[in-house]
Amino acid sequence: MHPPRLKGEVNPLSSPAETTAPIVDAPRDAMVAAIRTTLGAAVVDTLVKPGDDIWLRVTTESWCASIQALKDTHSFDYFCFLSAIDWMPSPYGRGEDDPSEPAPVRDTVIRPGYTGGDTRMQMLVRLVNSVTHLGINIKADVPNDSFTIDSICTVFAGANWHEREAHEMFGIGFTGHPDLRNMYLPSDFEGYPMRKDFPLLARMVKPWPGIVDVEPLPGGAAEDEKDGSSEEGAS
Amino acid sequence: MTILNDPVSAKLGSRQQLSYIASQAADARLNVELETEGMTLNIGPQHPATHGTLRIIARLDGEQVVWAEPSCGYMHRGYEKLTEVRTFPQVTSLINRIDWLGSFANEVPFILAAEKLMNVEAPPRAQWIRTILFELSRIANVSLFLGDLGVQMGAITPVFLAFRDREYVLNLIESATGGRFHPNFDRIGGLKDDLPAGWIDETKVVMKKLRNFCDEIETLLFGNEIFQSRTRGIGVIPRDVALQYGLSGANLRASGVDWDLRRDQTIPLAYDKVDFKVWTHPDGDSFARCWIRLQETREATKIVDQLLDGIPSGPVMAKVPKIIKVPEGEAWVSTENPLGEMGYYVVSRGDLGPFRVKIRSASFNNISITPWLLRGVYVPDIITILASLYFILGDIDR
Repeated sequence: MHPPRLKGEVNPLSSPAETTAPIVDAPRDAMVAAIRTTLGAAVVDTLVKPGDDIWLRVTTESWCASIQALKDTHSFDYFCFLSAIDWMPSPYGRGEDDPSEPAPVRDTVIRPGYTGGDTRMQMLVRLVNSVTHLGINIKADVPNDSFTIDSICTVFAGANWHEREAHEMFGIGFTGHPDLRNMYLPSDFEGYPMRKDFPLLARMVKPWPGIVDVEPLPGGAAEDEKDGSSEEGAS
Repeated sequence: MTILNDPVSAKLGSRQQLSYIASQAADARLNVELETEGMTLNIGPQHPATHGTLRIIARLDGEQVVWAEPSCGYMHRGYEKLTEVRTFPQVTSLINRIDWLGSFANEVPFILAAEKLMNVEAPPRAQWIRTILFELSRIANVSLFLGDLGVQMGAITPVFLAFRDREYVLNLIESATGGRFHPNFDRIGGLKDDLPAGWIDETKVVMKKLRNFCDEIETLLFGNEIFQSRTRGIGVIPRDVALQYGLSGANLRASGVDWDLRRDQTIPLAYDKVDFKVWTHPDGDSFARCWIRLQETREATKIVDQLLDGIPSGPVMAKVPKIIKVPEGEAWVSTENPLGEMGYYVVSRGDLGPFRVKIRSASFNNISITPWLLRGVYVPDIITILASLYFILGDIDR
């Protein structure tokens, strides 16, 4: 049982947060320029979102060397995480469809995210400079035929477990990794659960209860949201 | 020590000396014969000294650990996969269960990431209440750590104090959100509800109690000689190793890195409106990690007090559509959670649900240092080192 709610009768001290985002982000732009000079041809693409973050994509071959250079030259000494992204849209959709109806046609075109990409799998590492607290997201393509990339355990010892996780979840091989045992799954588990083509069986065998959320609300006015999609919203 | 310089044999006669040497030699031979390959000690998955179902496999040489490795996965729930079949508002009920002692703090970075992609900002009052609840979950979480610390070293009393005082904080969280452990209170664009009447005064009283609790723990535990001798100089993590393994939160600050995400990043929470100290410790040992957490709990009560004094009026929810579609893009948001840096890398495809969510949880990185850290320590220290690193199993396995 909840006590009655206050109606905002409290003393206002703070000013509302200003929403004017900076257009130019000088420290991040300077950092990207410096990285481009250090890494040279290894850089495929960069992206700076002012006031937010840096994205950098390097070539597959220079993966380990680029991260070493970022650590040594630009003092990105804090290892935040390593993971992978499977850019292939799931052939099963998100699982909210009624299985008794024929499956809708799904978009299976692989579209990469920020800084582009040519392969289905991409590595993603985040490093942070522990003094300036500037972070960087580094991506690299993982070849479609081998799903193998160099290990960065020699650069950041902390990457060891993250690479083991990426190995068992995405099936990415890491050359030079000392010990790619499974961390979470049983050692005889087949398949790579985080790949988009790995079905989530619980969602396949029965319709999702959440499907009611996208039905029109009883008595709700659906006229103010006409984006032509399957779901209709009442404002 | 060679036998010829042995002070015992020097005092004996020559005949006795010979037999002494022979017996020493026999002992030495026996020792060689008895030398084994070492013993493998299995701690957990169910063990009173592990916090949940973490299993540690340690290879021992006598009392010393030669090799140790935690075996995770007993609580792997696959949240990263599950988020892909849920809508954005539904994800919060999953991620509540990552670090179950400070649940509200798990929701905040994900919601902030979604808001960043949608270019929505919560109204100031919602930001302040978020920050207050964030700090309350830190207090609830870390106060249990402080009590639990004693249990690891054989002191039973502190944990009773911790459970008693954590209850006050949980009651506050419950009266504001409706959930003791899993509030699920944060919404994209603000909060589910405003604070109940009388909550602010009640919270101030509780914060005073929690400060007393910190004082109690400090005298009871931190001044204790046994506690000090079990933690000082044990499990030392140097600064560069801590950074390499991605340690965060109190574990990183105990190694002398002055970095707190509450202070050092611009984030739509009310931390820039309050005055607080970020504690660091140069030693990097178990004691330093525990001490930092004690200070942070105290600091958190002061943050809450300041926020309660200045909480602005206004709505707690921004205008967001009923059905939330997050525009295409990628965003990374991390916050200083009770256990350390917790962040979400959210990839959206302009759909109802996220395309990919990478959950960066603090304990996974914090515990990944254990194979390095436990090498060469004595068996009883395994427990204190793990206790001082402080992890929640759900936060490792996700």
